[in-house]
Amino acid sequence: MIQVLGGVIIGLAATMMLLFNGRVTGISGIVGGLLNPKTSDKNWRVLFLVGLILGGAFLKLLHGEIFTVISSATPFDYVIAGFFVGCGTLMGNGCTSGHGVCGISRFSVRSMIATITFILSGIMSIIMFKLLRGGL
Amino acid sequence: MKGLVALASGFIFALGLGLSGMTQPHIVRGFLDVFGAWDWRLLGVMGGAIGIHSITYRLILKRPSPILDTKFQLPTKKDIDLRLISGSILFGLGWGWAGICPGPGLVGMLSGNIVFIYFIGSMLLGMKVFQMIEHKFGSKT
Repeated sequence: MIQVLGGVIIGLAATMMLLFNGRVTGISGIVGGLLNPKTSDKNWRVLFLVGLILGGAFLKLLHGEIFTVISSATPFDYVIAGFFVGCGTLMGNGCTSGHGVCGISRFSVRSMIATITFILSGIMSIIMFKLLRGGL
Repeated sequence: MKGLVALASGFIFALGLGLSGMTQPHIVRGFLDVFGAWDWRLLGVMGGAIGIHSITYRLILKRPSPILDTKFQLPTKKDIDLRLISGSILFGLGWGWAGICPGPGLVGMLSGNIVFIYFIGSMLLGMKVFQMIEHKFGSKT
């Protein structure tokens, strides 16, 4: 199953960062740290994000179809959703990568609770979207 | 050297996200649509990532320090509080609404699909606003 392979690759990227740099690959935390003027270690954060974006460009060249968006959401929906994700991930100190992958791998109860919470709230969000728009 | 590792880790992370379907909002939303046409495939991503990393994490922490630095810098917070729960609820609402989370959003920045730019631009604004509120009210971080 391609999803398991994708997951393993994500796990290996997190492993590499921890083994060499001693850091956790929580993406919202890495971005949030860059936006905070008090952060002193900005270099590796910038380079990680550059790698992430370049990886995306590489995927686009190989398999552009994996960026196809099939959704009835409007541009405004993405703006609202992005804002919620920005506030929420800094308030909750993590997203799918930081809590969902790195935190659960450390068997952190805090991250398990966070992950269950954002999956349940994601399910609620889908229910609300379908009720309001009549479909996804 | 540490910068090179970070760059490579980001690049590999992006390949994993792309392969697993996380850059396709309809797959992510299908996973969250448990009362509709539930697409359970993303469970495989979590399983693969956690399966590998939970093992490598334990092996790595047997070392006194990472290869290129003097100490491991891991999250230390343990509290399960209102802040964790409210933040995770907000994140989940946005995640389901768009079908995009921060990693895949960044991976899609150069994909030519403008919705990733709308999402990430607004996410950065949301983060900045939260940091300003936090700074102003001096809540503990």
